[in-house]
Amino acid sequence: MSAPLLEVENLTVTFPTPSGPVNVVDGVSLTLGTERLGIVGESGSGKSMTGRAILGLIRPPGRVTADKLAFEGTELQSLSARQMRKIRGARISMVMQDPKFSLNPVMTVGRQIAEALRTHENLPRRDVKARVAEMLHSVRITDPERVMGLYPHEVSGGMGQRIMIAMMLIPRPRILIADEPTSALDVSVQGQVLDLIDDLVRDNGMGLLLVSHDLHLVGRYCDRVMVMNAGRVVETLDARNLHAAQHPYTKGLLAAVPRMNETREVLPTLDRSQWAAT
Amino acid sequence: MTAIHLQDLDIYYGESRAVQGVNLDVASGESFALVGESGSGKSTILKAIMGLAPDWTGTIEVDGAARSHGTDRAFSAHCQMVFQDPYGSLHPRKTIDAALAEPLLIHGKPNRDKRVVELLAEVGLDARFRFRFPHQLSGGQRQRVAIARALALEPKLLLLDEPTSALDVSIQAEILNLLKRLRRERGLTYLMVTHNLPVVSFMCDRLAVMRHGKIVETADVATLRSGQFDSAYARDLYRLSEPDQTEQTP
Repeated sequence: MSAPLLEVENLTVTFPTPSGPVNVVDGVSLTLGTERLGIVGESGSGKSMTGRAILGLIRPPGRVTADKLAFEGTELQSLSARQMRKIRGARISMVMQDPKFSLNPVMTVGRQIAEALRTHENLPRRDVKARVAEMLHSVRITDPERVMGLYPHEVSGGMGQRIMIAMMLIPRPRILIADEPTSALDVSVQGQVLDLIDDLVRDNGMGLLLVSHDLHLVGRYCDRVMVMNAGRVVETLDARNLHAAQHPYTKGLLAAVPRMNETREVLPTLDRSQWAAT
Repeated sequence: MTAIHLQDLDIYYGESRAVQGVNLDVASGESFALVGESGSGKSTILKAIMGLAPDWTGTIEVDGAARSHGTDRAFSAHCQMVFQDPYGSLHPRKTIDAALAEPLLIHGKPNRDKRVVELLAEVGLDARFRFRFPHQLSGGQRQRVAIARALALEPKLLLLDEPTSALDVSIQAEILNLLKRLRRERGLTYLMVTHNLPVVSFMCDRLAVMRHGKIVETADVATLRSGQFDSAYARDLYRLSEPDQTEQTP
């Protein structure tokens, strides 16, 4: 395996509550190379917080501590806010769940994507436009010139998510964090968006951190899968061996999903007391 | 007997026609699913039956009686709806007790106190939740409350609009088991909207695949399980939902 792009050791995210501080992420360690790593878990498992903590997006009163949080060998925790902005978006970027809420409604698609590029690189206007058109083309938008002039409400959910991906990838980052990138989309579009992310990540030799609640989806699009529950890593396994999962939590999650050819009269449910989850 | 009979149903939102020319019969005691992508008109059909989408033409009959275009009291005692988002469908400033007692109060039912306790027990919620507020409950618990409220008037027909798509898979399994048990025990008829084909395989007897406001194909669950649909669109939908399943088989 390649040298790690990202090394995280003992990452903890704490939020204060009336009944004392709660560790929503509790001692998570991971390394990411030029590969696709999936983080799966149910709501409240800390999967999204892990992604956000890496980018330094946890706001007070939340607190992030880690023994190590290094991107290409640079310790992120020692960087100033200004230095961090140079990395966030340009070197590590993030695709959020719902394009409806992540795109600026009063700015055309073309301007938003151009803004993402201009923030990180100083280019003449003509080159910016060419790069935007080229990027839209690479997310399989066939008529970039037209789409650049549209506002977010004029595009469909699937196209909105492709625009988000274009915006995130235009500064040519090394790592893409995708947090439930297709949960708001129909099944027919989900596959296209994930295939697209997959192609772009492979072609550009990037690292992908795919955060999702969907075990099967992660199993299909990742090399390794990390299962989280209640802020901790339950187990990490090769996506190929997902079905050979050992931990009862992972097994329980797999069994609880209805199948297309469903013959079970009752679906097995998790005995939550075992992992002290909510 | 036919529980729901829809004929040449067109439903409008202003100028746009969300559903066109739908014909559908759901037998009494059956569990029937409407599947399709967003914007295919599946939820709109439920709303029209409930009287929440009043601008329609054609025929809607429930247990042989023609539906009016609005809501009415006698009908709500017979047919209730469970919505997708348990965070949005419960009043944030009403306790669970108040939410469950309200339909009983409106319909002048006796023994409200006792009924609320029974309803909680029926959906598997501990009695200690009775005087809590929705924000003190998890998503799955809230959906149980929404189901209990729908059952309060002992309806014969439940309209379920994506009842589990906002929930985690392990909670989804609990709610699906609950719905299945309630249907068996009370002989309910379900008309359920979902985009999740495996859920249909678990819960339903028949399904209709919708696209652009029209029914593309009606099939039974055996067809769904084998994927042998007649229409290309239904086969596409099956193929896109299916990879999960092949990988899952140990």
